[in-house]
Amino acid sequence: MDVVTLSRLQFAITSMFHFIFVPLTLGLSLLLACMESTYVRTGDVVWLRMTKFWGKLFLINFTLGVVTGITLEFQFGMNWAEYSRYVGDIFGAPLAIESTVAFFLESSFIGLWVFGWNKVSRKVHALSIWLVALATNLSGLWILLANGWMQHPVGYVIRNGRAEMVDFTALLTNPYGLLKFFHTIFSGYVVAAFFVMGISAWHLLRKANQDFFRRSFRMAATFGLISALLVFLVGDFHAANVAGTQPAKFAAMEAVWETQKSAPYHFMLIPDVENERNTVEAISVPKLLSFLAFHNGNAEVRGLKEFPRADRPPVLPVLAGFRGMAGLGILFMLLTLIAVILSRKERISESPLFLRIMLYCLPLPYIATQLGWVVAEVGRQPWIVYNMLRTADGVSRSISVPQVAASLAGFTLLYSLLALIDLYLLIKFARKGPDNDVSSVVRTERQEV
Amino acid sequence: MFHLSYGQSGRRCSVEYQVLWFILWGLLWAVYFMLDGFDFGTGMLQHFLARSNTEKRIIINTIGPVWDGNEVWLITAGGATFAAFPTTYALMFSYLYSALLIILFALIIRGVAFEFRGKGGSVTWEQGWDAAIFFGSFIPSLLFGVAFGNIFQGLPMDGNGYHGTLLSLLNPYGILTGALFVLLFLQHGALWLALKTEGELSLRAARLSGRVWYALLPVAVMFLIYTAFATRLYTNFLDTPVWFVVPAVAVASLLSVRIFSTAGSYGRAFFVSCSSIVMVIFTGIIGLYPNLIPSRIDPAYSLTIFNSSSSIYTLKIMTSVVLLFVPVVIGYQIWIYRIFRSRVTPRDIEDNREAY
Repeated sequence: MDVVTLSRLQFAITSMFHFIFVPLTLGLSLLLACMESTYVRTGDVVWLRMTKFWGKLFLINFTLGVVTGITLEFQFGMNWAEYSRYVGDIFGAPLAIESTVAFFLESSFIGLWVFGWNKVSRKVHALSIWLVALATNLSGLWILLANGWMQHPVGYVIRNGRAEMVDFTALLTNPYGLLKFFHTIFSGYVVAAFFVMGISAWHLLRKANQDFFRRSFRMAATFGLISALLVFLVGDFHAANVAGTQPAKFAAMEAVWETQKSAPYHFMLIPDVENERNTVEAISVPKLLSFLAFHNGNAEVRGLKEFPRADRPPVLPVLAGFRGMAGLGILFMLLTLIAVILSRKERISESPLFLRIMLYCLPLPYIATQLGWVVAEVGRQPWIVYNMLRTADGVSRSISVPQVAASLAGFTLLYSLLALIDLYLLIKFARKGPDNDVSSVVRTERQEV
Repeated sequence: MFHLSYGQSGRRCSVEYQVLWFILWGLLWAVYFMLDGFDFGTGMLQHFLARSNTEKRIIINTIGPVWDGNEVWLITAGGATFAAFPTTYALMFSYLYSALLIILFALIIRGVAFEFRGKGGSVTWEQGWDAAIFFGSFIPSLLFGVAFGNIFQGLPMDGNGYHGTLLSLLNPYGILTGALFVLLFLQHGALWLALKTEGELSLRAARLSGRVWYALLPVAVMFLIYTAFATRLYTNFLDTPVWFVVPAVAVASLLSVRIFSTAGSYGRAFFVSCSSIVMVIFTGIIGLYPNLIPSRIDPAYSLTIFNSSSSIYTLKIMTSVVLLFVPVVIGYQIWIYRIFRSRVTPRDIEDNREAY
């Protein structure tokens, strides 16, 4: 393998690994903020216990998100020096702004939240987790604006042998980046909702801490339903945006070979990449694909054959990734709808089958988010910046195959170990259930009053 | 090959911004080492200073609320390099690939170790993470020093790229700078612990800072002398002798550390320890100007603030962002430091189940 392939593999592994932890942080920080605020408002200790129990799992996950995030910032320079040099004038800005505006806020206030239980008032303590939630989501905004620019570069000119920023507002209002941001944060909320519902289901099946986990489940179900609907809605607009801005990616997502008007949607489809056609196209709905792409049933959808082979993304992973993600997205709407109905009627404990389903569905949103990134990033190939710079031209020139092979092996080893430890701790503390003794916090607070 | 100039038209009017960003660049690194420096020192000392598991926990809990916020100064320094000097960012990170990779791995295990150490429940588990805390603190201290020592000397780079390896970084001056960083951070961490713990533990930390000082002083003197031979850093100082104030303050700070800590004023000793770290970094940065990374073999290929900076448009935007938000960051970080200003006691870590 060459440096480009190894570097791509390393970037894929490190960013996908990072993104195991990000979505839960995005969603669970918000849920924790709601839990703690409810405690502050009502004084009901069960909300404090919920904050502490889910907070512990949040922190185990959060730490890995933080430490694996540093890798990504370093890697642009380490492995993709030519890319960094070529687009740094515009791409570096959102990354630097992210750490100044969001990451500082997140990392400073998480410290206050973890260690400040007995040091600040209840309200300030609750405020600190709100700030963490805000900062995490804000962080996502800047990163996805940066990524959105790689997908659909705007506000730049090619000057002095590189891309230079001429319109910062265009970067900030890039529809590609904004749609991707909302799609991503809502998918993170779905991950968090299924995480809370799945673990609650495990405890409810064991009839332990019924009230505690019923409340957790109900809260997550509502949050999950709203988020699942939003992620799908934004996803629809996002796909339409892709059809307009990245026609080759869109064609790969649906395995469209020929440019056609009033394109039908095939629910069953087996592509034959070699011969540039689909061997099976079945269960078709006329005009549906044109409608999905342009919200107009008669619109023209461009096919892969319009693009030289060298400019096409790999079809199979993009197609399979997109179908898998979208299918799971529909499943999430159904499951969260049932979850809301059952938990509203307080019948959730009497539905062991559904609880079991929700327990086993816990990993599915994680898979869906990873598939989403496969569609986004594999679908962008062969470009590192769409239609501007090829991935192969972005790689560092000073690094060698043994160097990158060694770092790739190192990352794989270290990250596998961390994944095992993280999983062990999450399972350990998830099974242990909530701490019934929160006397120390409550006691200190009484003294304050 | 990298482009050496980005057009004359943009250059003239952007000089002020390039200089401003050079200053900010140096400032970000200095603040990072000042803050994460005591985290590193604390991490290196934890195992050797503590006599019980409670003491070990107290030691890491002194930095518990702040280390993460401190580390973000590194991310910001890296991000600022990317945004303001993309060519430097690209070449610095790809040329120092293996060294940065090792730093990265060390920072990863350090962060995870703080969080996970107290969550396993077995002695072996804790010992494993203690080792991770030590190496996760020692390795970055050493390698950041080695990296900066090599940057001060200049990297072997020319039109054909980079001619160094991981091992070639370990030259005498690089190792000396690495040792300087390790000792500076050890002293910094020991003073932090003297300030942030109670009783016997605090006294032990203070005594240790005294012993570290005796090792640090000769290394610092050697560094200042060797710098004259191994680098061209003093050229700027000789051109504008008033700048010698900066290394002079570094030396004065280093001497005052001893005076204050002997007098038992650990707060002041810690403050001048901060100053010594910042001034050592500033000494290097002033000496580098206008280079960000000099070339040791062909000055024509040095990365300067002129040939590696972003466009004036980007620099202006980044300036607004930094002027608007960094004061806010400093504000809330100081506020949080104040909230956690008291010493960490055994009762603190027993009362807070979330403690490390």
